[in-house]
Amino acid sequence: MSGTALDAAFFVRWMTAAAAAIDREAERLTELDSAIGDADHGTNMQRGFAAVVKMVEAEPPATPGAVLTAAGRQLISSVGGASGPLYGTLLRRTGKALGDAAQVSAEELRAGLGAGVDAVGKLGGSAPGDKTMLDALVPAVAGLATSFEAAAGAAEEGARSTVPMLAKKGRASYLGERSIGHQDPGATSSALLFAALAEVAR
Amino acid sequence: MSGGGEVSGQGPAGGAQALVGVVLVSHSGPVAESVAALAVGLAGGGAKAPVAAAGGTPDGGLGTSAELITEAARRVDRGAGVALLVDLGSAVLTVKALLAEGDELPEGARLVDAPFVEGAVAAVVTASAGADLDAVAAAAGEAYGYRKE
Repeated sequence: MSGTALDAAFFVRWMTAAAAAIDREAERLTELDSAIGDADHGTNMQRGFAAVVKMVEAEPPATPGAVLTAAGRQLISSVGGASGPLYGTLLRRTGKALGDAAQVSAEELRAGLGAGVDAVGKLGGSAPGDKTMLDALVPAVAGLATSFEAAAGAAEEGARSTVPMLAKKGRASYLGERSIGHQDPGATSSALLFAALAEVAR
Repeated sequence: MSGGGEVSGQGPAGGAQALVGVVLVSHSGPVAESVAALAVGLAGGGAKAPVAAAGGTPDGGLGTSAELITEAARRVDRGAGVALLVDLGSAVLTVKALLAEGDELPEGARLVDAPFVEGAVAAVVTASAGADLDAVAAAAGEAYGYRKE
């Protein structure tokens, strides 16, 4: 992975690109969620990331860590569904791991996201294979060791790998066998987050 | 209201000290409100522990609001700790995420692992009797063992 230094502006662009991707795909996210969840994932994520963009544009935080910490806090308070605390924890914990450096390397971001993903697993009590966000996030962080593009590809592939899985967490788990055959909405939005990261790094 | 009402004297903390607050967090506003009313009603007379409902989203929809939870916890905080009881999904995760961050909920706020309705009644009754946070949490958790068949 190249030694590019990533500054606060890069992270603001990431959040903006993620919000745009979620906007574009909101209908699909809600559709996936109506199959096995409560049909609010698209609108919840849209509301959350719109609030994040509004905040980082109004008062751009000074460091990469501060951008992600503030974004995470905003998601916890504005999403309204389980994705709020989960994505909020992901970004906040990653932001905290980045500390207050003005710039971070891609390697530092990989390590930070690793800590964020661990915190998500702990919060939800889930592991890869449970048909959750982690099925996209864990391979994405591993892919970051190679490149942003590899991470985005791994996240997308991870999201698709949830189709044949049996849901073990959340409302979808009540469906048992009937959860099989549907792509997990949380894994799908996680893939969008990494697609947006690759997009701004191009 | 904590008030200076006579505490029955059986409270482990003893005396009319500050009572533990109870917050009921549900995916649904009406569920949280109704369970709060039920628990307060069953707690009977005497000193009443402060109880607040934090259900649904601020616009009345289904979901969980970090703001409503934080606000409710501050409202019932008398300095003796706050027991948060939750129902499912985002209610559990939001309270856990807020506690993990450490600075939004009042000092001494605790997620209590208990069945929502039965646990709420147990928590409000024990808190109203002057029990401390450990005893309130234990009483609420014991409601898991209350078999119905």
